[in-house]
Amino acid sequence: MKRFFGFVKKEFQHIFRDVRTLVILFVLPVVMIVLFGYVVTNEIKDVKVGIWDRSRDQASAQAIQKIFSSGYFIPAGTLDHEEEIETLFRSGKAKVVVVFEENFEKNLERENRATIKLITDASDANSAQLAQTYLQGVLVGYFRSMNQDVHIPWEVDIKSRMFYNEEMKGVYMFVPGLMALILMLISALMTSVTITREKEFGTMELLLASPLKPREIILGKVTPYVLLSFVNAMTIILLGILVFDVPVVGSFLMLMLECMLYIILALSLGVLISTIAKTQQIAMVISLLGLLLPTILLSGFIFPIDNMPPILQWFSTLMPARWFIVILKNIMLKGTGFSFIWKETLILMGMTLFFILAAVKRFNIRLE
Amino acid sequence: MTTTTYKHIIEVKELVKKFGSFVANDRLTFHVERGEIFGFLGANGAGKTTTIRILCGLSYPTSGEIQVAGHDVYREREKIKQKIGYMSQKFSLYEDLSLTENIRLYAGIYRLNRNQINEREEQLLERLKLSHIKNRLIRDIPLGWKQKLAFSVAIFHKPAIVFLDEPTGGVDPVTRRQFWEMIHDATIEGITVFVTTHYMDEAEYCDRVSIMVEGRIEALDTPQALKKEYHSKSMNDVFLKLARK
Repeated sequence: MKRFFGFVKKEFQHIFRDVRTLVILFVLPVVMIVLFGYVVTNEIKDVKVGIWDRSRDQASAQAIQKIFSSGYFIPAGTLDHEEEIETLFRSGKAKVVVVFEENFEKNLERENRATIKLITDASDANSAQLAQTYLQGVLVGYFRSMNQDVHIPWEVDIKSRMFYNEEMKGVYMFVPGLMALILMLISALMTSVTITREKEFGTMELLLASPLKPREIILGKVTPYVLLSFVNAMTIILLGILVFDVPVVGSFLMLMLECMLYIILALSLGVLISTIAKTQQIAMVISLLGLLLPTILLSGFIFPIDNMPPILQWFSTLMPARWFIVILKNIMLKGTGFSFIWKETLILMGMTLFFILAAVKRFNIRLE
Repeated sequence: MTTTTYKHIIEVKELVKKFGSFVANDRLTFHVERGEIFGFLGANGAGKTTTIRILCGLSYPTSGEIQVAGHDVYREREKIKQKIGYMSQKFSLYEDLSLTENIRLYAGIYRLNRNQINEREEQLLERLKLSHIKNRLIRDIPLGWKQKLAFSVAIFHKPAIVFLDEPTGGVDPVTRRQFWEMIHDATIEGITVFVTTHYMDEAEYCDRVSIMVEGRIEALDTPQALKKEYHSKSMNDVFLKLARK
C-alpha cells in the first residue's frame, strides 16, 4: 500500500506542477458554468413581436401598447390570418405572436375572463422560453393593475404554445447537461492524456519493467482524478445552487453516488482511450472529437433527443451522458427516488464494466 | 548477494519473436555470465530492443526457453522484475519532479526502507556531485547529468542485472566516457550489465559482445577475439564486415 501511495503522490505532483492541467481542472469548469449560466439566463431585449388582434377594441389596444412600452419588445407588424404566423416565423421577422381572441373586451366585461394566446418560435428554445415568460409577466401585471379595486378581478387566460419544440425538453436546466459534459471532459480527457504521456516519455516502459503491477499503475494514475473530478462535481452543484438557483430537490447522497459512478465510467473510458492512442495529441483528438462532440450533440444536453432522426436517437442511447443527465434531472429537479432511475443507473454500470474489461484486454494485447 | 543455483544470469535458447509474418528475433541462443558487461550490438531495426523487452518481461516471446536470474520469463515475470533494473532509450526520469523526488519514487516502487533510501540517496548524489541541486526539477538539468542520474536510479535497488537500451544516445564523447566508467563501477558492485548500443567504440568496453544482423546473432565473443577473427583493427570494421556479408 505504501508503494501505491508513493505512486499516487507522484501523480498529484504532476497535476499541481502543470499550470495547463490546473487550469483545465479548476478554472475551466467554473468559467464554463458561469458563462453558460449567464448566456442562458440573460435578460431579453428587443424581441420581435407580431400582433394578431382579432378583436380590435380598446382593451386589446391598451394591452398592445403596454407590451411595446415595456422595453423588451419591438413590433413586427400585424397579422390577419393564422397562416401568417408561420410565414413570420420562417422569415425570422417575429419570434412571438400575440393573439387576442374575438370580442376580447366584451368577454372581459361580461364574463370577467378573456383569452390571449402567445405563440412562440421555439427553435431557439432558450430565448423563446424567456420571451414568453416576460410577455406573460407584462400582461398579467397590466390586467391586474387595471382592476385593483374591483371586487371580482378580471381574469385573463394566457395560453402559450411553443412552435417546433413544444415541450421545451432538454433546455430548461443547463446544469445537469453541463455537469455531464465537464466531468466527461476532465475525467476521460485528462486520464487518457496523463497515461499516454508516460508512454510518450518512455516512463511507462520503466514502470512496466518494475515490480509495480499494471493494475497498480493504472489505479495509481486514475486515483487523483477520481478525487479531483468529484471535487469538481460538487463545485458545479454548489455553483448551480448559489448562483443560478438550480435546486437539488432529491437526496444529496444519491446524487453524490451517481456522480461517482459517472466519474468512474468516464475514467475507465479515458484508460481505454489511452490503450488505443500512442501520443498525447491522438489521445486528445479522440477524447475531444470522439467524446465531447457526441456528448454535446447527442446527449440531449442542447438538442432534444425526441426531435432527432431515428438513427441519431439510436446513437444517443450509446452516450453515457444521456443517461446521466436523466438521472441528474430526476434527482436535482424532480426529486424522484431511486426507483425512477435504477434503469439508467444500471445502464451506466454496464457501460463502466464494459469499458474496464475492454481496457484490460487492450492493455494485455499491447504487452503481447 | 544471495547465493543462487543458476549457472548463467541470462540463459536464452532458441528465442523466436514474430510480429505477424515478420521475424524480429530468429532463434537466438546465448548466455550472459554473472558480473560481466554484455554488449548487444546491431544496426537500427536489427531486433535488439525486441530482445531486451522480452528479457525485461515487457513482451512475451513467440517461442524459446529463456531464464533471467534463474526465473522463467513466461511464468515468473514478477520475480524477474524484482531483480532487474531497466533504462530505456528515452529518458526514464520524470521531467516535472526534482532529482530527490525521482530517486524516492523509484526507491519506493522497489520497496526500499527509509534508512536504505536516505543512505543510498546521499551516496548517489555525492558520487554524481549533484547534492547542491537535488531539489531542482529534472527538466532544468543538462542532458548528460540526466542520463547519469537515470542510470544511477536504474541500479538504485541493487539489481542482479541492469538492462540499458541505447543509454548513450545523443550525449557528448566526454559524458559517454564518464557514463561507461559508471557502468564499470556497477560491475564491481556485482551488477551484471546488459547493454545495447550502436556506437561501435563503446563495444570495446564490453567483456563480450554479440552482433545482431536482421534478427540473428551473427557473432558473439570478446572484442579482441572478434577483431582477430575478422582481421579488423576496430569493432567498427568487424561490424561493417558482418553487416555487408
